[in-house]
Amino acid sequence: MSSAPTADRALSLHAELQAIYGPPAGRFGFLAATNHTAIGIRFMGTAIAFFLMGGVLAMLIRAQLSGPATQFLDAEAYAQVFTMHGTVMMFLFAIPLIEGFALYMLPKLLGARDLAFPRLSAFGYWCYLFGGLILTGALLAGAAPDAGWFMYTPLSSKPFSPGINADVWLVGVTVVEVSAVCAAVEIIVTVLKVRAPGMSLMRMPLLAWYLWVTAAMMLIGFPPLILGSILLEVERAFGLPFFDPTRGGDPLLWQHLFWLFGHPEVYIIFLPAAGIVSTVLPVFCRRPMVGHDWIIGALIAQAILSFGLWAHHMFTTGIPHLSLAFFSFASLLVVIPTAVQIFAWLATLLKGRPELSLPMLWVLGFFFVFVSGGLTGVMVAVVPFDWQVHDTHFVVAHLHYVLVGGFVFPVIAGLYYWTPQFTGRRSDRGLGKLAFWTVFLGFNLTFFVMHWTGLIGMPRRVYTYAAGLGWDLPNLVSSFGSFVLAFGFALVLLDMAVQWRFAPHTERNPWRAGSLEWAMATPVTNYNFASLPHVDGRDPVEADEALPARLAAGHGYLAGATAPGRRETLAVEAMGGAPDHLILLPGPTLVPLAAALALTGAALCFLFSLYWPAAGLAALFVAAVLVWMWQSGLKADPQPIDIGRGASLLPQAASVQPPGWWAMIFTLVFDATVLASLLFGYLFLLAVAPGWAEPQLIAPDWGIAALVVAGLGAMWAGAAGAVRANRHGKLRELGIAALAAAAGGVLAAGGFALIPLTLGPPPTGHAYAACLAALAFYGAFHAALGAIGAVFVAARCRTGFVSVLRANEPLILRLWCGYAALAGATVLGAMFLPGALAAS
Amino acid sequence: MSLTRPLPASFIAAPRLALMLAPFVVLAGCRGELSALAPAGEAAARVETLWQIMLWSAGVILAGVMGIALYAFANPERERRFSTRRVLIGWGLVFPTLTLTALMAFAFVRGEQLLARPDDERGLIRVHAEQWGWRFAYPGGGESAGVLHVPAGRPFAVEITSGDVIHSFWVPRLGGKMDAVPGKANRLRLIADTPGVYWGHCSEYCGTGHAHMQFVVQAHPAADYPAALAAALAAAPSEQPAGLPVLDQRPAPAERELADWAERLFAVLGLR
Repeated sequence: MSSAPTADRALSLHAELQAIYGPPAGRFGFLAATNHTAIGIRFMGTAIAFFLMGGVLAMLIRAQLSGPATQFLDAEAYAQVFTMHGTVMMFLFAIPLIEGFALYMLPKLLGARDLAFPRLSAFGYWCYLFGGLILTGALLAGAAPDAGWFMYTPLSSKPFSPGINADVWLVGVTVVEVSAVCAAVEIIVTVLKVRAPGMSLMRMPLLAWYLWVTAAMMLIGFPPLILGSILLEVERAFGLPFFDPTRGGDPLLWQHLFWLFGHPEVYIIFLPAAGIVSTVLPVFCRRPMVGHDWIIGALIAQAILSFGLWAHHMFTTGIPHLSLAFFSFASLLVVIPTAVQIFAWLATLLKGRPELSLPMLWVLGFFFVFVSGGLTGVMVAVVPFDWQVHDTHFVVAHLHYVLVGGFVFPVIAGLYYWTPQFTGRRSDRGLGKLAFWTVFLGFNLTFFVMHWTGLIGMPRRVYTYAAGLGWDLPNLVSSFGSFVLAFGFALVLLDMAVQWRFAPHTERNPWRAGSLEWAMATPVTNYNFASLPHVDGRDPVEADEALPARLAAGHGYLAGATAPGRRETLAVEAMGGAPDHLILLPGPTLVPLAAALALTGAALCFLFSLYWPAAGLAALFVAAVLVWMWQSGLKADPQPIDIGRGASLLPQAASVQPPGWWAMIFTLVFDATVLASLLFGYLFLLAVAPGWAEPQLIAPDWGIAALVVAGLGAMWAGAAGAVRANRHGKLRELGIAALAAAAGGVLAAGGFALIPLTLGPPPTGHAYAACLAALAFYGAFHAALGAIGAVFVAARCRTGFVSVLRANEPLILRLWCGYAALAGATVLGAMFLPGALAAS
Repeated sequence: MSLTRPLPASFIAAPRLALMLAPFVVLAGCRGELSALAPAGEAAARVETLWQIMLWSAGVILAGVMGIALYAFANPERERRFSTRRVLIGWGLVFPTLTLTALMAFAFVRGEQLLARPDDERGLIRVHAEQWGWRFAYPGGGESAGVLHVPAGRPFAVEITSGDVIHSFWVPRLGGKMDAVPGKANRLRLIADTPGVYWGHCSEYCGTGHAHMQFVVQAHPAADYPAALAAALAAAPSEQPAGLPVLDQRPAPAERELADWAERLFAVLGLR
């Protein structure tokens, strides 16, 4: 067989697809980009910029603590610096880097052209960038948050933090969290639906499993923080006393909500990094990972357990000892799945033929640093020991061992591992090794000694200390080490720059890895694959060395575009991986940017107490989202489209459970977790809070209850009726049913609004009344959104986007309305039951 | 044979590890005034023992893990026959379960011994924290600020409250810490074995004065305690408790070059 026509075909496919998936033309075209490679790189680049900034803040901290009574920073500047160091590293570096990595890597790993929702990723990026700019802008303006990255109330409450600093944290971080939730939904749905045909869940690369579990944890872990931040901001702005003990609130509620997020957060950061280790290590051991199924089981166990141990950050708050024992036990339990992974890695090393390449050097560094951090983690999970070292520098040392060891080391291993995939160049000369050893020694010099500093009594977050306590020498060593460490990171960056610019070109897949990202052309193309593979095993590239060339020549699915200029990828059945439908992807658009600008604008106006402009911008945000949704869909019933290899599929508009349906399911999981957090707070205040001065419980008003129930019922029945009508092709009845649902939503929202307005005592007087207002708002908000959605579906139906075949939109509406009705009924019960029980 | 092949020169992990553990061993005898490793009472002593046990076990585990990893790298060609399933069950599941259960049980019993008991009610000393200082109210009436007077050789219990934000009461040489949470009253039971002065420090971030929020515990011989307490309460309260290091709270004039440099840097960064 002659190879010339094949090469020609590959070149023409490359030219065609590169143009379709490339950034739009024009100087500002990059603003409209939605391609996952571009968005992923932006996320990672921005995260690294924030990492450098967080590093500079760390240098300031170490400069200040290098000796006793140093006059470098005063207490106020030091407070801003340590608060921002933690905030930047957690919210602006670690989490977004993971998101960016997942968004960049997943389609390449799974054999797809793009993510399920390219516009959602673009929107998430802008929210991240703008939220980050709010936080860093405040730092430059000298008004950065200064109550610690943990923002404990009442220190962060209005009386003790009267400035705008705390508001900046609450608003800025919440805007950044919007991007985390978007990324979580994106990742979950993409892994479940957007894979190469034949890639069942058990054939999927372990890294995709890790990222999927991480995203699921983000979906459930972030709601308590988002809710807590909103409640605290409402307390600060409008005086609703959720956390004020003098008015029935409880400062410990904040700690519960914060650590309900904050502990899973540690595993959210660790798991993707562990996924990198599980990817890199077997490649350089020349054998598959030992205990593949064990690892999947372990990481799911780790994810679940990590939600049960938040209170181990609260051992000294006076929680009953038996509860402490429970959380201590849960903390130790989570060690087991970690141990399973560590011994699986060790067994792989022993069984394989490990090669000490540069990525493996970083993996080895990870072993030492992370295992040390894990062992000190076991120590601080032991209650009596924690009572001694809690809030000392011992914990600072521990958390840096866990986070730098468990995250930064594997991430740099991954950076070196994927650089050839990314740039088509490869080099592991001496500079890389020097950089590793500088970082490794600098890190251990800084933080190993710090355990000791903590044990001899140095508390965290003191901006200065007296001489003669034995703290001088260890602090000086730590400060010296931290500058070595910073120099090491600079060397890593320098090495990267050298490699990306000057290293010799390498062949594709220099490590002889087996996963699909190595089947791509290098340097990275915009479209990933000229045609999509059919996957028959776990390591398709290893099993078939000719696969990359055949894909490039168009021997897979979807060779080229099925219609001129159209972006598309395949959706599969979630479990088995059989081809299910064709996803028509949106092209470049400015709508995500507009939506993010409106949302950030609303947040900024809120920050400066401009509530009416904030409301206006929020409405603009809703309008942008509606425009966004309007752009999708088809106005006529589609025919099956030939996807190559003798198969044809319908586009997602005509599929039964398209990605949008799955996205709604997982959005509702997120939403239900927000509600669960709110109910947790309400019950916590009702049952546990010390300052709950017997509030006047409201007696149920059966008139309002009937109004709300009737509204919710009409909303649900209307949405269900719309689905039924569409099934029979009765479009007119569909429209009427949807409008009935909208009316029901408005009715229910009105009913909810009446409860705090007419029944409840003023919400600023007591935390109970504040909770009533929050619950009523939750119910009203969901009913109102249901009404907007119902009107939207009615309009879509009228315009011709809905038919018997294209039945998704009423189905998705029914999901939302069903949830809003159930959640509304739950909220109503939560508001009226205590009063009813007290009366009986 | 592969076994005799030396490790790559870059791997000197074992001696380095020993080097890094050295301060823990050598300096363990050091008596820092705020050191949790210099216990002066039963509660702190128990935790110190716990620390020694955990430190050495952790060292052994870390050395084992790194030893296995380095051994694998040093002998890449050697074929090793073992059941991976057994490794995962034995070391992944059974080993941590056994060691951690033992540690947990041991620690729980230790923790119970440190808790306040119902019969503490009688001699309860009330500790009140406020930005940024400590006040102590005694059962017989009377208050002191900055200095807590207790009997030596006899357990005493404190009830800790806060007047504003969260603080934390901690006397490292006597035992663990307990938070002062507004709206709550937390209890802690401690003992000072011998008469003397023991330092304490707030250990929850409580605002810009956090670094200065120190106090001392003065343990009097048990027989003299009532008299000593009465005498101390009768004396005029001093500004600066005896024995505490003096930390200048005002920013000193920026004399040194470094401070000037910081000033400029902060002007550029907009922090000042």
